[in-house]
Amino acid sequence: MSELTELSAAEAVGRIRAGEISARELFDAYRERAAADELNAYTWVADGAPDEMPDAETPLAGVPVAVKDLFCTEGIPSQAGSRILEGYRPPYTATVVARLQDAGATLLGKTNQDEFAMGSSNENSAFGPVLNPWDRTRVPGGSSGGSAAAVAGGSAPWAIGTDTGGSIRQPAALCGIVGLKPTYGACSRYGMIAFASSLDQAGPFTRDVADAALLFAHMAGRDSRDSTSTGLPGPIEPPRAEDLRGIRLGVPADLLGDEDGVGIDAGVRESFEATLRIAEGLGASIETCALPHAPHALSAYYLIAPAEASANLARYDGVRYGLRVAGDESLEAMYSRTRGEGFGAEVKRRVMLGTYALASGYYDAYYGTALKVRTKIAEDFRAAFAEVDFIVTPTSPTTAFELGAKTADPLAMYLNDYCTVPMSLAGIPAISIPSGLGDGLPIGFQLAGAAFSETRLLDAAHALERAIGFDGSAVRNRTVAQNG
Amino acid sequence: MAEPAGDYEAVIGLEIHVQLKTRTKMFCGCELSFGDPPNTHVCPTCLGLPGALPVLNARAIDYAIRIGLALGSEIAPRSIFHRKNYFYPDSPKAYQISQYDVPLCSGGAIGGVRIHRVHVEEDAAKLSHIGESGRIHGSDRSVVDFNRCGTPLVEIVTEPDIRSARQAHEFLRLLRVTLRQLGVSDVNMEEGSLRGDANVSIRPAGSEVLGTKTELKNMNSFRFLERGIDAEIARQTELVRAGGEVVQETLHFDPVSGRLSSLRSKEEAHDYRYFPEPDLLPLFATEEMVAAAAAEIPELPGARAERFETALGLHPDRARDLAFRRELADFYEAALAAGGEGTAVDPVELSNWIPHLVERIGSDTDPAGTKVTPEALSELASMVAAKAVSRDAARDVLTLLVAEGGSAAALVEREGLGALGADDGDGLAEAVDRAVAGDPDAAAKVAAGNMKAIGPLVGAVMREVKGRADGGEVTRLILSRLGVG
Repeated sequence: MSELTELSAAEAVGRIRAGEISARELFDAYRERAAADELNAYTWVADGAPDEMPDAETPLAGVPVAVKDLFCTEGIPSQAGSRILEGYRPPYTATVVARLQDAGATLLGKTNQDEFAMGSSNENSAFGPVLNPWDRTRVPGGSSGGSAAAVAGGSAPWAIGTDTGGSIRQPAALCGIVGLKPTYGACSRYGMIAFASSLDQAGPFTRDVADAALLFAHMAGRDSRDSTSTGLPGPIEPPRAEDLRGIRLGVPADLLGDEDGVGIDAGVRESFEATLRIAEGLGASIETCALPHAPHALSAYYLIAPAEASANLARYDGVRYGLRVAGDESLEAMYSRTRGEGFGAEVKRRVMLGTYALASGYYDAYYGTALKVRTKIAEDFRAAFAEVDFIVTPTSPTTAFELGAKTADPLAMYLNDYCTVPMSLAGIPAISIPSGLGDGLPIGFQLAGAAFSETRLLDAAHALERAIGFDGSAVRNRTVAQNG
Repeated sequence: MAEPAGDYEAVIGLEIHVQLKTRTKMFCGCELSFGDPPNTHVCPTCLGLPGALPVLNARAIDYAIRIGLALGSEIAPRSIFHRKNYFYPDSPKAYQISQYDVPLCSGGAIGGVRIHRVHVEEDAAKLSHIGESGRIHGSDRSVVDFNRCGTPLVEIVTEPDIRSARQAHEFLRLLRVTLRQLGVSDVNMEEGSLRGDANVSIRPAGSEVLGTKTELKNMNSFRFLERGIDAEIARQTELVRAGGEVVQETLHFDPVSGRLSSLRSKEEAHDYRYFPEPDLLPLFATEEMVAAAAAEIPELPGARAERFETALGLHPDRARDLAFRRELADFYEAALAAGGEGTAVDPVELSNWIPHLVERIGSDTDPAGTKVTPEALSELASMVAAKAVSRDAARDVLTLLVAEGGSAAALVEREGLGALGADDGDGLAEAVDRAVAGDPDAAAKVAAGNMKAIGPLVGAVMREVKGRADGGEVTRLILSRLGVG
C-alpha cells in the first residue's frame, strides 16, 4: 500500500497506463488515508471510488486529486470554509475541476481553507484550523492550508488550491511542497467562489515540479464562461531542464533590503542565500534588480482585494442559499443576522475595509490610488524582466508559526504575504519550491516569471529542485503513521 | 392644468429603461421570457450563485449600438462595466452590472430633446409582495422570480430639455416607435419592456438655474407618466408659491388616487460604491461592429414622417400615423409605387384610404399579410380621384378587396359599382327626373335660387342609384334639369 502512495502522481499515471497498478486501488489507498486524516485537512472525503473509473488512457488515468473547498463541485459540499455556506451543495462544477475530471482525475475530497480564502494560517476556517504535518502545533499556512497539508501529509497525491495574494505559494512553502500560482487568466475562475476577482487564480499543489506541470497542464485553458480567462499561448511540456545555464535570476533589493525588509527570519534568509549558490552552481547568474514600488504592494493589495471582496461577498444574504438567520420581520434584520452569524471576524474585517475603500468621497484616495500603485508594480516587473529571466525571493518571511501566534494581530498576519503579493498584483506566474529546513521546518523559494512564462518557470524550478534534493517522504510516512 | 400657471416653468428629464429583445440574457445563456412559471429561466450566473461569472451578450451590444446610432449618439470605442452595489432581494449578486463613467453611447438628440447618454446594464428580478395591498407595506411576505433577472437593459438618459408633461408624452411616443422600428425591443410599458422615470423641477420662467428635482419612479403607461408629471409640477408649484421648498426625493405616483407618495429621501439614498467590474473586460465597439449595427437601421419614423409631410404633402398627423407604424408606411409606399409612371396616384388621396383599410383589417394587422395588394389600393384611390367610382362605392369595393382580394377595377366592374354618368344611358338622368318629380316643393325652391333645398333631391337620386353616382355630378344634373345651372 505505502509503495503505491509513494509514487508521484506522474509516476502513478505511468504505472496505471502500463497496467502495473489499478487506478481503483490507488484511489482506495488515498481515500483510506484521507478518511483517517487528523490534520483537519478535509471538509469532505469521497465515500469510495467512482463506480466507473476513468479510462487508463486518459491523461490523468484516474489518479485522485484533492480540491480546495472554494471550488464548486456539483452535489458535493462547497462551503468556502464559511458558516454562511454551511451545507451548500452547488448545482454545477467549477471549470477547472471539470477539466481535471475530463482528463481522468478523480475527486478524492474537498480541503479545508481560510474562510473565503482570507487568511495566511488556515485559522480563519469555520471548520477549524488545519495542522501542519511537520509540527502539529503549527499552522500549515493559508488560505489553501488543507490542500497543502493533505499533499505534504501524504493523504493526497496532489491537490488544487487558489492564490489571491499568496494562498498557494505560502502554504506550499510552510508545508514543504511545490505550489504554482499561474498567470492571471491561465485557468478559468468559473465556479471558483470569488474572493478578489482580479487576483484569484487556481493552481496546483504537488510533491514535485513535474507533477505541478502535469496537473497545471490539465487545469489551464481558455473558458468561454470566464471572460478574463485567456488560456495559455502553448502547451505545457513536462519540465526537463537539468541546469540553469544562461538563466539570470534577479534578487529584488527593494523587497529584501535590510532597512525596508519586513523581518525575514535569519533561517529563511540563510536558506535563500544557499539556494542562490546552488543556482549559480547550475549555471545561473545572480543579479540585483529593482522593483521600486513593490514595498507598497501589501498596502495596495489590502485595499483592492477587500474592495472586490466587499462586493463579491454581498450576495451571501440568506435569500437564496446557505445560511439564513431570520430576523424579526424586517429584511434588514435578516441580512444583518445572517451575515453577522455567518461570517467570521476576518471576513467581516475585510468586507468593512473594502466597503470603506469604495465609499463615495474615499474612492480616489483609497481604491483609486491602490489601482495606480498596482499599475506601477506591473510596470516594475516588466522592466525587471527585460534584465532578468526570473525574480527570486523567499516565499514567506518565516517558517510555519505556532497556532494562535498571530491571530490577535492582523497586520502581523498580513506580512506573511509580503513577498507573494507583488506577483499577484502584476498577474504574473510564480512558483514556490522547498529549499530546505530551518529548525526542522520547511522553507520555500519563490521564482516568478513574466506573464505566460510557465513552461520556462517550471523548467527552471525543476532544475533547481533536482539540485536541492529536498525529500518530504519522511513527513508523509510519519503523518500517516500518526493518523493510525 | 398641464402647465404650471403663472411665472414658473417645468424642467423635465427622462430616464428610460428599455428591455432588449435578444434571445438570451445579458450575461448568461438563459432565454428571455414573459409570463412563464417563476424561476424556470435561471442558471448559476443569473441566480448569482457562488463562483458563477458573467459573459457579455454580443447581440445586446449590437442592439445598444443601433439605439445609440438611431439617437445620433457617439459610440465609445472603449467602454467599461461597473458594479453598482446595493442590497435587495431582487439583486442576487447584491450588485447590478451597469456602466458608470464610460458608457457605450453619449450625446445625440431625438424629437428636439437632447440625449445625455445611453448605457447597457442588466435587469433585476421581479419581486411580488403577497398580501392585500400588493405593495411592500402591509404585505405578508415577498417572493422573487428570477426569470427577468439579467434581461439586457438599455438606459437612455435625456438632458433636462422637456418643459411639459405633454411634451414628455410626445417624446416618449416618438422614442417608442423608433425603438420598435429598430426591432430591438417590444417597448411594451404594461409588460415593463419600456419603463420611464422622470426628474421634475420647476423654476421661474426664463431662469437658467435648475431647481431642486424630484424623481418619479417607474410609471407604467404613457397616460400615467403624463398625469404623474402634471401632478408633480402642480405640487411643486403650489409648494413654492406657499413659500415652501422642494425636497429632493423619490416619488411614487398612484394612478388610482392621483396622489404622489415619497419612496425615500436623499438622506437615505444609497452610496452605490461603483467600481470597475473585474469579471468583465473593457467593451471595445469596433468599427466593424458599428458598421454592422448601422446597416440594420431602417429609415426611422421621425424622418419618415417628415418626408411624408414635406415631399408628399400629407397632413402632419396623417404623416405620423403612417410613419409611426412601419407596416402601414411600407404598405402605403408600396401602393404609391404601384401606381407606376404616368398613372401616378395622388399621395394625399391614397393616404386617405389607409385609415379605411385599417378599419377593415383591424388595427393590429399588417396589411401586407392581407388579401389587399398595394396595387389594388392604388388602383382604387386612382379611380376615386378620376371619379370613376364614387367614394361611397369605393368603400364597398375596399370591403370586398379585404374579403377576397383581386383587382379594384375588376370588382367595380363585377359589382356594377362604376360611377354613373348622365350620358351613359344607365339611368342617372331618369333618376334625376324622378327625384325632381317626386319632390316638386324642393324643386321649386331650388329653381327659385334656394340652394339649401337641393339636399333632399340629391339624396333621393343617390338612394335610387345606390351611391354609384358622384355627388357633384348629381347636383350639376339637377340644376341643369331645373334650368338653374
